[in-house]
Amino acid sequence: MNYFKLVILALVALVAAMGVNWAHDLAYQVHAFLIMTVAAGMFVWILRGIDEPVATTAPATGYADEVIRAGVIATAFWGIAGFLVGTFIAFQLAFPELNFDWGQPFTNFGRLRPLHTSAVIFAFGGNALICTSFYVVQRTSSVRLFGGNLSWFVFWGYQLFIVLAATGYLLGATQSKEYAEPEWYVDIWLTIVWVAYLVVFLGTIFKRRERHIYVANWFYLSFIITVAMLHIVNNLSIPVSFWGSKSVQVFSGVQDAMTQWWYGHNAVGFFLTAGFLGMMYYFVPKQANRPVYSYKLSIIHFWSLIFLYIWAGPHHLHYTALPDWAATLGMVFSIVLWMPSWGGMINGLMTLQGAWDKLRTDPVLRMFVISLGFYGMSTFEGPMMSIRAVNSLSHYTDWTIGHVHSGALGWNGMITFGALYFLTPKLWGREKMHSMSAISWHFWLATIGIVLYAASMWVTGIMEGLMWREVDDQGFLVNSFADTVAAKFPMYVVRGIGGVLYLSGALIMVWNMWMTIRGAKPVTTALPSNATPAE
Amino acid sequence: MNTYSILRELADSWVLLAMFTFFACVILWAYRPGSSDVYKSVANIPLGDDTKPKTTSAKGDDHV
Repeated sequence: MNYFKLVILALVALVAAMGVNWAHDLAYQVHAFLIMTVAAGMFVWILRGIDEPVATTAPATGYADEVIRAGVIATAFWGIAGFLVGTFIAFQLAFPELNFDWGQPFTNFGRLRPLHTSAVIFAFGGNALICTSFYVVQRTSSVRLFGGNLSWFVFWGYQLFIVLAATGYLLGATQSKEYAEPEWYVDIWLTIVWVAYLVVFLGTIFKRRERHIYVANWFYLSFIITVAMLHIVNNLSIPVSFWGSKSVQVFSGVQDAMTQWWYGHNAVGFFLTAGFLGMMYYFVPKQANRPVYSYKLSIIHFWSLIFLYIWAGPHHLHYTALPDWAATLGMVFSIVLWMPSWGGMINGLMTLQGAWDKLRTDPVLRMFVISLGFYGMSTFEGPMMSIRAVNSLSHYTDWTIGHVHSGALGWNGMITFGALYFLTPKLWGREKMHSMSAISWHFWLATIGIVLYAASMWVTGIMEGLMWREVDDQGFLVNSFADTVAAKFPMYVVRGIGGVLYLSGALIMVWNMWMTIRGAKPVTTALPSNATPAE
Repeated sequence: MNTYSILRELADSWVLLAMFTFFACVILWAYRPGSSDVYKSVANIPLGDDTKPKTTSAKGDDHV
């Protein structure tokens, strides 16, 4: 087996070295160098261990938590990176001088924006999904993770994907598909990693020691399978040369647009919703120490999302070359989605029935509850914005950006923070987080940050939508595009401040995790007299 | 008929019916008699011991 690995790694390193030499563009060259270095390093590492006596240890028992610990740290790290870039590009929009001359073209807004979206969705969100799914599937199947070191391959392979994607954007390699920017060889690598992920997850479910598959695993599994399908279909492209990053899409025109938004909306539906609902259905009952409010409702929630979400994509293409019937279909399905989404929210919130008093004393539970609140809010806002008449006002404005962020910062961000606060003490064998008041600080900084962000984007989005369509009594447009940009300045500054607050909350979390992991003595402060724990 | 028209007609009729029927059956199945007791125990899966795996399988109790 080791000889086989050596052959493969040597071949990869050789081809990558040829790639460095013959690369047609800078991004490909840098990536080939990176792959060559990684492959050569692993080659040496395996070579040094070859023919060494294998330590005969008893087969590992218990849950495989090492890879989850690494995933928790990676989630926090990429979260900070993604929030930092996001805050910086928010200020770039307010103050264009921040597109520094010396950093061109690598640090302009156009290249940093996909870096931000991919860092928060795929690096922060993706690592959170992978590590929590490994945690949850083991606990709810009562069995050790399947596949031994394959889970480590998934973890490191996914980090390599992130690094390749991020450096690619900065160096100008992109296929210009929203949320699917990485070029062909990065797509192929992600496919390999994703199949390994599916094998680990399904294998664990197959050898489970519980009779039933808990509903959280249904959501995780649907996320893994659907993302695989979406990723493959949306990235069907033919490279111009094996030695270059540029590729050409197989679909073109409106078919390509439809495929892209079928992918794009289901990335929201299955990556950012179904996967994170898997987290919700485990961590909320766990933190509240009560079973989920209605298991039947969770089943209906699951199947309704599965059957409805996949059709909602065309609402991104109102008033385009897409046939009207298709756009109407997308709109109708989006509106129907409102009900199961709220069913899921109510299911999560009502899990606290009889335990609402815990909200006073448990900041982690507060985090989960507010994330469900934002889930409800953005799953109402989304269907509303998908209505054709509303969309004619909101589309291409910052209202869309505000909607995305109330979902991403509020729902995905807050539930991930809650999960990290749950997992960190568990995985490192601590009783609880180092500082409870720091969690409260994080909670309020993040909440106020989101409110500033969403409110300023509503105002600026509706304002610019109205300014764009304003005509005088002669039928001429009143405002030029630059007029709207000038009018948006104050809201852009408020948005940036919201980002700063959100980022500082996350930095407090990282400090708190650091202190917990190091095992520092927990901070004990006397509770204020008006907040005695409920009996 | 060309491939598009055939597939389109199939999707508009039988496939639509099949998917809707499947969906309706799944929802009805959740409300079958006796399901409440089953779901009660399933809902408690996360609340059990989360420190170590079970050593015996609970799968083989009766029919799976």
